[in-house]
Amino acid sequence: MTNNLVAVLYLVSALLFIFALRGLSHPESSRLGNIFGISGMIIAVVTTLMFKSVISYVEIGAAILIGGAIGTFIALKIEMTALPQLVAAFHSLVGIAAVFVAAAAFYDPVSFNIGNIGSIGKSSLIEMSIGTFIGAITFSGSVLAFGKLQGTVSGKPIVFKFQHSINAIIFLIIIILIVYFVINQSPTIFWTIVLVSILLGFLVVIPIGGADMPVVVSMLNSYSGWAACGIGFTLSNNLLIITGALVGASGAILSYIMSKGMNRSIISVVLGGFGGEQSNISANDNSDKIIKQGNAEDAAYILKNADSVIIIPGYGMAVAQAQHALREMGDILKKNEIKVRYAIHPVAGRMPGHMNVLLAEANVPYEEVLELDEINHDFPMTEVSFVIGANDVTNPAAKTDESSPIYGMPILDAEKSQTVLFVKRSMATGYSGVDNELFYRDNTTMLFGDAKKMCEDIVKSLN
Amino acid sequence: MEAHSSEIFVIGLTVFFLACIIGYYVVWSVTPALHSPLMGVTNAISSVIIVGAILAAGPLGHDTSKIFGIIGVFLASINIFGGFIVTYRMLSMFKKKLKKSKEKY
Repeated sequence: MTNNLVAVLYLVSALLFIFALRGLSHPESSRLGNIFGISGMIIAVVTTLMFKSVISYVEIGAAILIGGAIGTFIALKIEMTALPQLVAAFHSLVGIAAVFVAAAAFYDPVSFNIGNIGSIGKSSLIEMSIGTFIGAITFSGSVLAFGKLQGTVSGKPIVFKFQHSINAIIFLIIIILIVYFVINQSPTIFWTIVLVSILLGFLVVIPIGGADMPVVVSMLNSYSGWAACGIGFTLSNNLLIITGALVGASGAILSYIMSKGMNRSIISVVLGGFGGEQSNISANDNSDKIIKQGNAEDAAYILKNADSVIIIPGYGMAVAQAQHALREMGDILKKNEIKVRYAIHPVAGRMPGHMNVLLAEANVPYEEVLELDEINHDFPMTEVSFVIGANDVTNPAAKTDESSPIYGMPILDAEKSQTVLFVKRSMATGYSGVDNELFYRDNTTMLFGDAKKMCEDIVKSLN
Repeated sequence: MEAHSSEIFVIGLTVFFLACIIGYYVVWSVTPALHSPLMGVTNAISSVIIVGAILAAGPLGHDTSKIFGIIGVFLASINIFGGFIVTYRMLSMFKKKLKKSKEKY
């Protein structure tokens, strides 16, 4: 195959990747988009296998088959509630794969056309070490994010003194190491860069709390793209550069949307510490305030007599796996000519769009699932807001209480509807540690219990 | 060394910035409801670094570089298959409902 033909095929593959993302602009075109993505990947892999230098098909074939089988198995078995963990785990693989590719290029520069051992071009070395650095950070950061999401590592932010200075010093050390590496091309320094970058990846994610995970997962998504870019520059491969840039941009935009959804700058999320004990001090003590408590029958009665209901799901719904029971409840209400819609806050769940997938899994038509901007002005005309597993995203303090840690965060105006039903396990505060004054309003009824059980009981009462 | 002259770097840089701009506009057009599938698919396509791993694993013999290449191919394959399939699963959930809601009317 000539170089030009290869370049054209890689270009086709890159274009298909762009169309794959483009397809996601609407659920109807999205599946075709995924097929574009798969085709692009097949073209890229087959083209590369056609290279004259690529002859050990047995080993490569075995690696693809075994890896593919593992990936397929995991992807088919995973529960949709565990998606964030899965995505984090996958990001870590991209990161570590990037490190291995960079290492391969370093040990065998001839195959990659970047010089000979010991005399690799300086620009290649810089690109290689940047790719390695980002890849290694993506790897360890994602591993820790996975641990936090899975619950194997405490989701609480771990903050210690001089944290940011330590990170800054480590970053400086990495830059110095890269400079040394470019000068003397020593394998020892290469692996030192890998190890120190891995350490930095851990330290960067450690202070970030469980509920900030949507931002972290998006950020690591972005990093994995930039790592691919770094490798693309090393190999002078436009396909890798284009794809890496697409992924990098995607992750960056998602991080931006997520941090905006919490009214916090990306920087403050990255610096971490939010949701720790220190923010647990509530401005006013609500312990003696009165709440109205109800049971499933009360809820069923209120719901049955409404004209329109807006359901606000949150992470708690995902944890309780309540989406199916919730949809069943919604179906019965719809049969009774009640308008049922779902309101999704941008940071509901543990990854961008998580709630939408869970509701889709439970067969909720996507036309009924609306974003904050689309539905927020409808709350005053709504009889019942049914809040299930969400808390902070409905807290009016975000609009009124300047001292509140969540002040300025866009919220769903559940308070403006005539009645608020709050399904919660206990009176515990949300991740921000802030008490929700909505609990104490006259028009709020608290429904204590497991989200799934509560929905099932309401369904029973409705029948 | 001609393969890595500054010219090639500049071409790469051009491609990089243009791709970032395309990425910016394409990703903003993604509907928020599909942000999870977006992560799935970007995760799968970022494993296109398998291309580099295949090049390293390609030659005969058993040197260090080749072993790294094969590990790279293996890891990226997990991601490619896993990423596309999990995206497919998510998207078919959105699809399923579309049919259902059409049947109703």
